[in-house]
Amino acid sequence: MQERLQALVEEAREALEKVEALADLDTLRVRFLGKKGAFTALMKGLGQMSPEERPKAGQIINEAKQTVQALLNEKRAALEAALLEKRLAAEAVDITLPGRDVDIGGVHPVTRTLERIERLFAQAGFTVAQGPEIEDDWHNFEALNIPETHPARAMHDTFYINEKEVLRTHTSGVQIRVMEQGEPPIRIIAPGRVYRCDSDQTHTPMFHQVEGLVVEKNANFAQLKTLIIDFLRRFFEDDNLKVRFRPSYFPFTEPSAEVDIATDLFGDGRWMEVLGCGMVHPNVLRNVGIDPETYQGFAFGLGVERLTMLRYGVNDLRLFFENDLRFLQQFK
Amino acid sequence: MKVSKHWIEAWTRPQWSAEEMSEALSLAGLEVDEVALAAPPFSGVVVGQVLSVEKHPDADKLNVTQVDVGEEAPLQIVCGARNVRPGMKAPCAKVGAVLPGGFKIKKAKLRGVPSFGMLCSASELGLAEQADGLMELPADAPIGEDLRAYLDLDDPVIDIDLTPNRGDCLSHEGIAREVSALAETPFEQPYTIKPVDAAFESAIDVVVEAPEACPRYLGVEVRGFKNGMETPLWLQERLRRCGVRSISLVVDITNYVLLELGQPMHAFDADTLQGKIVVRMAKEGEQLTTLDGKQLTLKPNTLVIADASGPIALAGIMGGEATAVSEKTQRIFFEAAHFTPTAIAGRARQYGLHTDSSHRFERGVDPELPEKALWRAVDLLLELAGGEVSQVVRRESAEHLPAPTMIRLHQEKIERVIGMVFPAALVESLLKRLHFEVKAVEPGVWDVTAPSWRFDMAIEEDLIEELARLYGYNRLPESAVHAPMQLGQLPETQLDEDRLRTALVERGYHEVITYSFIDRDSAERFALERQLVSLANPLSEDLSTMRPSLLPGLLKALAYNQKRQQLRVRVFELGRVFARDGEGYAQQHRIGGAIYGSRKPLHWDTPVEIVDFFDIKGDVEALLAAADLDVVFEPTSHPALHPGQSAQVVHDGTVIGWLGQLHPQLYKANKIAQPVFVFELALEPLLQARLPQAQPVSRFPEVLRDLAFVVNADVPVARLDAAIATHAPAILKQWQWFDLYEGDNLPAGKKSLAVKLRFSDVERTLEDADVEAAVNQIIESVARETGAQLR
Repeated sequence: MQERLQALVEEAREALEKVEALADLDTLRVRFLGKKGAFTALMKGLGQMSPEERPKAGQIINEAKQTVQALLNEKRAALEAALLEKRLAAEAVDITLPGRDVDIGGVHPVTRTLERIERLFAQAGFTVAQGPEIEDDWHNFEALNIPETHPARAMHDTFYINEKEVLRTHTSGVQIRVMEQGEPPIRIIAPGRVYRCDSDQTHTPMFHQVEGLVVEKNANFAQLKTLIIDFLRRFFEDDNLKVRFRPSYFPFTEPSAEVDIATDLFGDGRWMEVLGCGMVHPNVLRNVGIDPETYQGFAFGLGVERLTMLRYGVNDLRLFFENDLRFLQQFK
Repeated sequence: MKVSKHWIEAWTRPQWSAEEMSEALSLAGLEVDEVALAAPPFSGVVVGQVLSVEKHPDADKLNVTQVDVGEEAPLQIVCGARNVRPGMKAPCAKVGAVLPGGFKIKKAKLRGVPSFGMLCSASELGLAEQADGLMELPADAPIGEDLRAYLDLDDPVIDIDLTPNRGDCLSHEGIAREVSALAETPFEQPYTIKPVDAAFESAIDVVVEAPEACPRYLGVEVRGFKNGMETPLWLQERLRRCGVRSISLVVDITNYVLLELGQPMHAFDADTLQGKIVVRMAKEGEQLTTLDGKQLTLKPNTLVIADASGPIALAGIMGGEATAVSEKTQRIFFEAAHFTPTAIAGRARQYGLHTDSSHRFERGVDPELPEKALWRAVDLLLELAGGEVSQVVRRESAEHLPAPTMIRLHQEKIERVIGMVFPAALVESLLKRLHFEVKAVEPGVWDVTAPSWRFDMAIEEDLIEELARLYGYNRLPESAVHAPMQLGQLPETQLDEDRLRTALVERGYHEVITYSFIDRDSAERFALERQLVSLANPLSEDLSTMRPSLLPGLLKALAYNQKRQQLRVRVFELGRVFARDGEGYAQQHRIGGAIYGSRKPLHWDTPVEIVDFFDIKGDVEALLAAADLDVVFEPTSHPALHPGQSAQVVHDGTVIGWLGQLHPQLYKANKIAQPVFVFELALEPLLQARLPQAQPVSRFPEVLRDLAFVVNADVPVARLDAAIATHAPAILKQWQWFDLYEGDNLPAGKKSLAVKLRFSDVERTLEDADVEAAVNQIIESVARETGAQLR
């Protein structure tokens, strides 16, 4: 009996090894384990055995049957796995081909810089103020302590609509509007387009400025310095950025300063001018009805294109307004 | 302004290199643009004297010269200059010399004659733009001396970009004062100025009719000087390195004094004057031909110097041609006057002029200078050309002369503005370095009087800036603002522009920034009924008119990129557009976009389809979605758009924008080959969002039904929408059109529209009967309102 069973198991094992298709496996299953199969026949033969032998024989037949069953299962799993593998192999795609519907544009680099500046100052409680681009003489000049005959007017290269209205030459006029309408304390920035009648390699007739204004009881030059230094270091993400202040002159601030930066990260370590700033001139405060004995203010104005050029290594100002996609696509 | 370092050192001598001096000036508010030597680098050039000149045997235009350069034997040099002659002194580049541009002088043979060097012209040495012949050196030039040393050409020339408040620094003396204050070195007058005794009585009388504009007018007559004298080389050289051309001795002297002291002067040919000199305002329409030959028609706001013949000079700006000094001039009348800035400012510009004189008077000139300048000029003229001097004609109006400004300065105010305590001794010493008079009134309070040249000092803050500036801005402290902690506003219904930008960027758009001014034709095409705004002084015709729409700029950007082989472009811009609005201007913020080319980026599995109306409409709807804005799209007749493929966007009864295909004539005019689709919307309504109000979500199953209607092809789907919206029962939650068909299986002139209906109720499960009733109601009302039949 034992030998028979062993031979049967061996026979099944050999037969299974030759099977390549699931259908053939079924034939084998019937042959060995089916109702008319070899094991069923053996089980039927148990009846002819003595009752003492029967359990023992039944057990070994069952064990052998289970062995064959296990072999069958194993083979089935292997065949199914092979089949799946084959199917998946056939389904393989070239994963290096581009995906579908990738269609992402980008914001203009100047906008990108403006957003960065706005977000930095928003952290310190500055809100964004806006003003018209066709501006009157009062807001663009007079209120800012630049009377009609002031030599600084000649330096502004103003575009005129008529004698009393101009394209704003700076965003400083927004200061005036904000102070006329609001009460201190004031903390605003005013971003926007400005215009100068000048066009060459390093000048475009339109560009962008951000004006900042703080009016508080105790605003002072030391605070202005801190704010500017912090801003420039955060903007360029360079805690070692060197910043220096040079005395300068703007009719609407006193004292006034221009600010230079130097870094080895870009440029060549030389000083580069980036913005102008100063303490708001008392005449300007008086012009908008704020008592300069009670309040002091400081203001700054920076050129957005200049900062953008330094930050992203843009070497030609005119690129900003040609709108060549090959340029714009570099700012995702 | 260009200043010579060596000239400055006549007053004060800090042991500073040119770079150190520049750095100090820049950090004190006198921004240095550039430092360069008075001549470009060259070497090996010495003073030579031509001993003999003989014709070259084989060349007509060449001469063979013997030149003494202070060596044992003279050098034989072949020279082509026409002005070469025996006895003259000229720069001689010896063998081994290197001229500007790296040109090396070698032994050479010219047409067979050996030559051992080169005699130089001023242009060959970089001392002039062009030159006619050899540079002639004075007879007393020491033979053999290095030319750079002889002419002081290693003098650094510092170019300073002065701010308009520092008119006092528009001279060497002014800069020297600043240098002495910064370096703390003594400031000394390099020469003494003394009046010259009158040798004769001048008959020239001066009447100042406008003393408020000219509170001081000094003049002297000089006669008997040697006419036509060449200006000495040293003086010419000083002028040249400061960027002033030599003209004639008298004019050169006035320019020299201008550069040295900052006082603009003028010299009249006294023989051309007719009657009295009158300083007065011009009369409307008076004529004057200026020195540079321009004929001006004067306006009454202009101060002039006049005589019996009429205006002879624009006061403080430029002299007239008729009274100019010339080689024939026998007698001159030197003018040194003080004109007030308000009388001069803007006047030169009004006549298209800008002169060294107007530049200074507009900014202000020290009222005490005329006297000093007058005697300095006389002194130079007498020394260089001899002559005798008349009495001084002096007209002064004390009440109109600027009085010294006294400003009260408080130590506490300094601290308030700067954020640092300035000790009393420091305040006093800093101000004294700048020649201010400082008088202590009480502890911590001073009365400060500015020197006559610091007319920019008016208020306490001006003094505070001086203190901070001299102390050094970069030594001042820094401190953070301390303010109460306060949360700002965060209005949720106010959207950010960035939200709109992001929406478009994620749909493949690139943001562009175009000029706010465009050409008139494009502006008119997009103006609709609005009145355009033009610039009075545009840069060019192409940039003459403020844009009434963003679209012309976007088209230009599109055309630019198409020209550069971009097959698919999607661009947008945010910005203001301009129009007249009654007395004022409408300056509306808008967002606009333009697309052309394929709908999707080029892809290996996506068929190339060209964009159409529904692409741009989808983009517009995506923008509107950010604000959840209710709008209606209506047909429009915008002249710049395709009449059958354009719409206006209406919100709350107001047109807020347009979209559609650009009129084919327009994109063709812009040399764009394919259809262009555009949109332009007012920004403001897009930024007004709704605060979401949540509605309950049904917990019961939803029921979906699809219907197909057949309707006349010219019935817009909006009418079907309206019928459904008006008449459908509340259980209809949503409907979407999912198919549009026109063609073979339909009668001509008909279209089929399929819609998916979504029903639900928050309180119960819908019965079939509920849905059937609702569907029937919808079919019936659509049929009634639009004639559509169920297919």
